[in-house]
Amino acid sequence: MTVDYQPMWQELGLDLQAHDDLLQGLGTAYQDIFLSQKNRPRGMAYLDFVMREVHGLRIKELLDAKKTGRKVIGAFCVFVPEEIVLAADAILVGLCTGADFAMEEVEKILPRNTCSLIKSAFGFKLSRVCPYLEAADMVVGENTCDGKKKSYEQLLELIPNLYVMDLPQQKTEDGRHLLRQEYRRFLQVMEELSGVEITVDRLRRGIELTNNKRWALQRLTRLRAANPVPISGLDVLLINQVAFYDDPQRFTESINKLCDELEERIQQKIGAFPADTPKIMLSGCPMAVPNWKLPSLIERSGAVVVGEESCVGERGWRNLTATAGNTVDELLNAIVDRYFQVDCAVFTPNPDRERHVAEMCRDYQADGVIHYSLQFCQPYIIESMPMERRLNDQGSNFLRIETDYSQEDVGQLQTRIEAFIEIIS
Amino acid sequence: MRCAGIDLGSRTIEVVIVEDGQLVASRQAETGFEPVKQAENLLAGEHCDYLLATGYGRHLFETTHGADSQTVTEIKAVAAGCRALLPDVDVILDIGGQDSKVIALNPEGRVRKFEMNDRCAAGTGKFLELTAMSLGFPLDRFGQEALKARKDIQINSMCAVFAESEVTSMVGRGENRLDIAFGLHRSIANRAVSMLKRFSLSGATIGFVGGVAWNPCVCRLLEEQLKTTVLVPENPQMVGAYGAALIASEL
Repeated sequence: MTVDYQPMWQELGLDLQAHDDLLQGLGTAYQDIFLSQKNRPRGMAYLDFVMREVHGLRIKELLDAKKTGRKVIGAFCVFVPEEIVLAADAILVGLCTGADFAMEEVEKILPRNTCSLIKSAFGFKLSRVCPYLEAADMVVGENTCDGKKKSYEQLLELIPNLYVMDLPQQKTEDGRHLLRQEYRRFLQVMEELSGVEITVDRLRRGIELTNNKRWALQRLTRLRAANPVPISGLDVLLINQVAFYDDPQRFTESINKLCDELEERIQQKIGAFPADTPKIMLSGCPMAVPNWKLPSLIERSGAVVVGEESCVGERGWRNLTATAGNTVDELLNAIVDRYFQVDCAVFTPNPDRERHVAEMCRDYQADGVIHYSLQFCQPYIIESMPMERRLNDQGSNFLRIETDYSQEDVGQLQTRIEAFIEIIS
Repeated sequence: MRCAGIDLGSRTIEVVIVEDGQLVASRQAETGFEPVKQAENLLAGEHCDYLLATGYGRHLFETTHGADSQTVTEIKAVAAGCRALLPDVDVILDIGGQDSKVIALNPEGRVRKFEMNDRCAAGTGKFLELTAMSLGFPLDRFGQEALKARKDIQINSMCAVFAESEVTSMVGRGENRLDIAFGLHRSIANRAVSMLKRFSLSGATIGFVGGVAWNPCVCRLLEEQLKTTVLVPENPQMVGAYGAALIASEL
């Protein structure tokens, strides 16, 4: 029996007509892109269920939790520490920023030459189609680039419960100090908002829950180096996307179960693609739901994606937080240490990211790297050029792509991707 | 063995038939609005062992022809065709109707790396077509006429549409239309050179293919700026289809 969620959406203040259109479009795209794949692991049924209920059951869970006094925090970035949110008995959800909405309205507020990710966040708000955004008690913005930093000034008009976090741009002692200050301020805000005092035990529990999720994702990633590859890159992208809004404990269990199945598949040499399919690693900007354009073009053109060096991917969870510490301050320092390793392009200089891409390329035995930048995203576009030189120098194939959420360049992209696959095959 | 290569481009379609590696026939037609039908007309009466489609319409052709046809990108096809016609070429410049690309080859003639223009018609055949029209030149005479210019005028707009308004204001200022034409050619050549210079060109032999390679003014400006000879095959528009036919011969 299908549940009628209309009253719930209405109560959240969604624009029901626009929201229906969104769900319908999402459903069709999901059918075409995900459900049409062959040889999917059985464990993906869980992700299919989560996606089907992405605006239904999960939102109901959030609203039920809110009734018991728990707070919902919406975020756009991996720099928002989930450990602290969980320690305050609150729930962290990633917000929708993967599709163009109400662009003509957005362009009254933001310049046209702003990256799609930022414009999309505004579009979802202006067209009132994101139940996560509407359900959030607080939305956290973070200064990861000039575009975001300045647009949060405008977003505050639309989302009064927006809390903006500053971020360091250099990995120096001063930078670490700034991050520590910001995380301490965030911890206090979380305590005030939730009415929960963050104790050592609570914080340690938050760290453990978050680490477990990261472990499961690390395990999944290692399994992708097998030949034949046991799972498609599209399915793993979906897992990485769902990691941002599903319940962390349930998510971790489901991914571990999926990994058990993948281990069996590897033993039986069952692949999502035939053996020796060309392997591609993606690197660059994040891909939020429903931004599936590039990986779907790659996998339809006869290659498989085996790694994502992205915030919706390995950059978001490859580092764990240490659990040692006897005071809130010590654990907070451990959290700062962990997040300080994130090699976001906001940092200058940022040699760790180049090193990491080269290392992933080797570990996953990728035949080539495709660098994905959103148009007008200077930090990643600028980093893509030295990255290309470095990877070419080590003999790796590298393709730079600049695109947005529209479909107008699909033909061009397809030619580039097919030609790249011809080179690496 | 008889093989066909068919290049479904944005402006024209070419078919090349190869028998035992030798070119035996080639045909061309405007793409129009029914590219697959045009392609079928060009292929009418031909019996081929293999058929390989390339160009922007390749997948449409593949869909309608099912198992009879496979596809290859225009990048790989142009590389194969150009190497066969001009064996010394290391770097290929291909300027067609809607896009421009540079393809670098390794010593064995395989594609090593490529660059392609983004989205708009900057620096493509479409740019020349639109600006020729706004200056009242037939496209096939545009290059020869531009070579008669006596003054070098700088055109700043790369966008075909904005270049047209720039042309309009120059005409309004009383500039000679031959000089403006030359400036337009220079802007295409500049764009191509900057794309080429992303690759290492020292000692490289450069080949120029695609519809714009017919244009003598663009060719001359390229040679002047690159300070080297640029090789153009006899029929630069057929290179992609010829390459596809050669690749089909090896299937």
